Amino acid sequence: MIYREAGQFKINYQSDSAILPIVQDRMFMIGLMVVSFLVIPVLGSDYFLAGILTPFLILSLAALGLNILTGYAGQLSLGSAAFMAVGAFATYNFMIRIPGIPLLLALVLGGLMAALVGILFGLPSLRIKGFYLAVATLAAQFFIEWALTKFGWFTNYSSSGVISAPEMQVFGIVIDSAAKKYLFTLAIVALLTLAAKNMVRSSLGRSWMAVRDMDVAAEVIGIPILKTKLLAFAISSFYCGIAGALWAFVLLGTVDPQAFDLHRSFQVLFMIIVGGVGSILGSYLGAAFIVLLPIVLNLIGQLFHGAISTQFLSNMEMMLFGGLIIFFLIVEPLGLARLWQIAKEKLRMWPFPH
Amino acid sequence: MQFFIEVMVGGLLAGVMYSLVALGFVLIYKASGVFNFAQGALVLFAALTFVSIEKMGVPFWIALAITLGIMVLMGVAIERIVLRRLVNQPPISLFMATIGLSFFIEGLAQTVWGTEVHGLELGITDEPFDVMGVFISKFDLFAATLSGVLVAGLALFFQKTKLGRALRAVADDHQAALSVGIPLKHIWAIVWAVAGFVALVAGMLWGSRLGVQFALTLVVLKALPVLILGGFTSVPGAIVGGLIVGAGEKLAEVYLGPFIGGGIENWFPYMLALVFLLVRPEGLFGERHIERV
Amino acid sequence: MNPHRKIGDVILKAENISLSFGGVKALTNISLDVREHEICAIIGPNGAGKSSMLNVINGVYHPQEGRVSYKGHVRDSMHAHEAARHGIARTFQNIALFKGMSVLDNIMTGRNLKMHTNFLQQALYWGATQREEIRHRRKVEEIIDFLQIENIRKTPVGRLPYGLQKRVELGRALAAEPTLLLLDEPMAGMNVEEKQDMCRFILDVNDEFGTTIVLIEHDMGVVMDISDRVIVLDYGKKIGDGSPEEVRANPDVIAAYLGTSH
Repeated sequence: MIYREAGQFKINYQSDSAILPIVQDRMFMIGLMVVSFLVIPVLGSDYFLAGILTPFLILSLAALGLNILTGYAGQLSLGSAAFMAVGAFATYNFMIRIPGIPLLLALVLGGLMAALVGILFGLPSLRIKGFYLAVATLAAQFFIEWALTKFGWFTNYSSSGVISAPEMQVFGIVIDSAAKKYLFTLAIVALLTLAAKNMVRSSLGRSWMAVRDMDVAAEVIGIPILKTKLLAFAISSFYCGIAGALWAFVLLGTVDPQAFDLHRSFQVLFMIIVGGVGSILGSYLGAAFIVLLPIVLNLIGQLFHGAISTQFLSNMEMMLFGGLIIFFLIVEPLGLARLWQIAKEKLRMWPFPH
Repeated sequence: MQFFIEVMVGGLLAGVMYSLVALGFVLIYKASGVFNFAQGALVLFAALTFVSIEKMGVPFWIALAITLGIMVLMGVAIERIVLRRLVNQPPISLFMATIGLSFFIEGLAQTVWGTEVHGLELGITDEPFDVMGVFISKFDLFAATLSGVLVAGLALFFQKTKLGRALRAVADDHQAALSVGIPLKHIWAIVWAVAGFVALVAGMLWGSRLGVQFALTLVVLKALPVLILGGFTSVPGAIVGGLIVGAGEKLAEVYLGPFIGGGIENWFPYMLALVFLLVRPEGLFGERHIERV
Repeated sequence: MNPHRKIGDVILKAENISLSFGGVKALTNISLDVREHEICAIIGPNGAGKSSMLNVINGVYHPQEGRVSYKGHVRDSMHAHEAARHGIARTFQNIALFKGMSVLDNIMTGRNLKMHTNFLQQALYWGATQREEIRHRRKVEEIIDFLQIENIRKTPVGRLPYGLQKRVELGRALAAEPTLLLLDEPMAGMNVEEKQDMCRFILDVNDEFGTTIVLIEHDMGVVMDISDRVIVLDYGKKIGDGSPEEVRANPDVIAAYLGTSH
C-alpha cells in the first residue's frame, strides 16, 4: 500500500508530462541521489567505488549512448567501442596539444569529435537499413581501431602505443582518489542521463521513435529522415565518446586502443538487450548486470577453492551471456526494464491484487 | 606484371574460402530470413569437434562422419530451441539472438574441447607450383576447387530439385509456402543441417590453414563484406563477392598498404562494401524491394 | 450533405501521371484535379492504382511522367516531407502508426513540423521546450476530444483494436492541421457503427476546418453519401470523374464494376 498513486491528481499538462509523475518515484529518486552523492563516497571501500561502481556508471553511459541510437532511433550499431575510442583519444590529444585546457572542455571537445565521426559513419544509414547498416558500423570499428594503432600522431608517438592519461583537475581539485573519481563520473553520468531523458520525451525523441517504428510514415508526417538519423548518430556517439574518455582517464589511467575492441562493442550491445532496448533505466540495469555477472561467477569459483579453472569460468561467462541474450530475446524482448515495470505495476495493486 | 597476377590469383583463391563461409549465411538467410551471425562459431565448433575426435584415434572418415552428425544435430537443435521461438520477431532481434548464439557456441566449444590450438592435417602439402610462370599454392587450389564444387552443387540443388524449390518458396513468403503445403519446420531443420555441413567444410579448410583455434570465429568477419557485395540471397553472389573481396584486399594490401601503413586487410573489405552499398544497396545479385504503403 | 460549404478553386492538379514498377504499369496518363474544401473519392477495383495515386500526390512515389502541383507549387518529383510542409497529410491502407509509442505520442508526432526548438533546448527541457510541449499538448488534446479517444491516450497503439487504430491514425494526420487530407481506405474492416463514426469525423473535419479531403473507399454507400465528387480508376487508367450521380450512370464504370468485357 506504500506505492499507490490514488489521490495524486494531475491538474495541468506540465505535471502530467513530468519525468517522474508519481510522488513515491520522486522520493525514491531523491533518496537515491542523496545516497549516491553523499553516503556512498564516504562509506564505500576503494574496491567498491573503483572496481564496481565507477565501471558500472561508465558502461551505463555507453549503453545509454547505444540505446539512443539502437533503442530509440532503431539503427543497430556494432561499433560503439570505436566511438568510445575516438572520445578517449580526442580528449587525450586536446589535453596534451592545448596546454592548460580545462579537463571538462577537453572532455566535451572529445565527445564532439566522436559525434563528428559518428555522423560520418551514420551517413550510409540514409540508404541502408537493418543488418546492412550493422555491417557498415563494423567498418567504423575496424577502421578506427586500425587508424589509432597505425598513426603515431594519435598516441603522440609513444613507443608502446599505450599512453598513460595525464593528471585530471576540475576547478582546481585534483581527481586522484577512488571517491573523487567516482563522484566526478557520477556527476557527468547523472547530467547526461537527465539530458537524454529530456531529449527522448520531447519532439526529437518522438521523431527517433517514429523513424524506428515506421520510417515511411515518419517521412509523410514531415520528419526529415536523414537529419533525424544523423542527430541520433551524433548524440549517441557523443555519449559513447564521453564514456570512452572516462573509461580511459578515470578507470584505466591509460589510453589504449585495445580497450575499445569489437568485444567491447558487443558488450555494450548486450547491456541494452539484457537491460531493455529503448529504455534509459534499462541501460543502467543492463550495465549493472554485465558488471556484476563476472564478479558473482568469480565468487562462486572461489567457493570451490580453485577447483574450477579461470579458463572454465570465462567460458562459462561466455555461455551465460550468450544464453541470457537468447533467453531475454525470447522471453522478455524489452529486458530487465520491462520486468521492473511489471514489478512496479504489481506493487501498485499490492496487497489487494484485484 | 607476373607479381600482380600472383597476388591476384592468391587473393582470388583465398576469396573462394571466404565465399564458403558466406555461403552458410546465404543458405539460412534465403530460407528463413535470419542473418546468422553464429556461422563463424559453427565453423569453429565443427573444426574443434573434428580435430578432437580424430585425436582420440578415430580414423579420418569416421571422425568426419561423426562430426557431420553432430553438426546436423546442432543445426536442428538451434532451429528448435532458439529460432522457432522467435518466428514473428523483427529481423534485428533475430540477428541479435544469433550474436548471443555465437557467444554460447564459442563458450561451449571451448568448455567441451579445451582452448589449446590444434593442428589439422588434410594431407595436402602446401607447396607452390608453377602455372605458366605464376606460382600458385597447391593447398589454395585444392581449397578453392572443393569450395567451388560445393557451391556449384548447392546452386544446382536450389535451382533444380523439388526441395530447392520449396526452400525458395519458403524464403519468399512463409505464410504462402505453408498454405501450399510445404512443411515449414522440416525445411528449416534441413537448411540448418546443411548450414552445419557447410560450416564443417569451411572449418576443415580454414582450420588446416590457420590452425584450429578461437581465431576461426573471426572468419565470420571476413564473410560479412562478401555478403554485402554479393547480396544476402544469392549463391552466385556469395562467390563473386568472395572473389572481389579476396582479390581486392590482397591487391590493396600490396599496392596501397605501403602508403598508408599496412595492415589494412581488416577494414579494407568493409570500406569496399560500404562504398558499394551506397551505389547499389541490394548487392550485386540481390533483389531490389519495392516498399509498398 | 452540407449545403453551406463553399467549394473553391482547384488546389491540387495532377497532370498526365504515369508510374510503373519495373515493367508493371501502375498508372497510365492520369490527370485529375481537386478543388478546395471538396471531398473527393477515388474508387476502383483492387489493383486499379488508387493507393499509387495517393502515393504520387504526397511524394512517396515518383512518377516517371507527369507532374503534380499543389497550391501553385509545381513539381515533378517532391519528397514526402516537403509535401507535408505544404500541408498534405494522410493515413495509410495498412495502418502505419508508430507501434512502440502511446496514442498521445503518436498524435504529438503529427505536430512535429510545427515544433521548432532545437535538440540542445530539448536536452535542457525547461523553458522554451516545455512551453512548446504544453502548447502543442493542448492542441493534441483538442483532437483527442474531437475523436473521443480520451480514455486511451496513454495506451501503446499496438494494443488497440483495429478500428481505434484507424481513428488514432486520423488523429495523427489531423494534428498537422493539413489543408489537404488523403485517406486510404479509412473504413476498411470496420463494422457499421464504426463506419458511421468515421464518416461523421470526416464530414466534421471537412466542415469545421475546411480541409480538402481525398479518400479511397470500397463501400459504395459511404462514397455516394459523403463525396462531392468521385473519380474512378481501372487498370491504372481514369474511366470516370464527376458527381456521384454522374459516375453511377457512367457505362464504363458500370462495366468495370460488373466485369463486362473491355
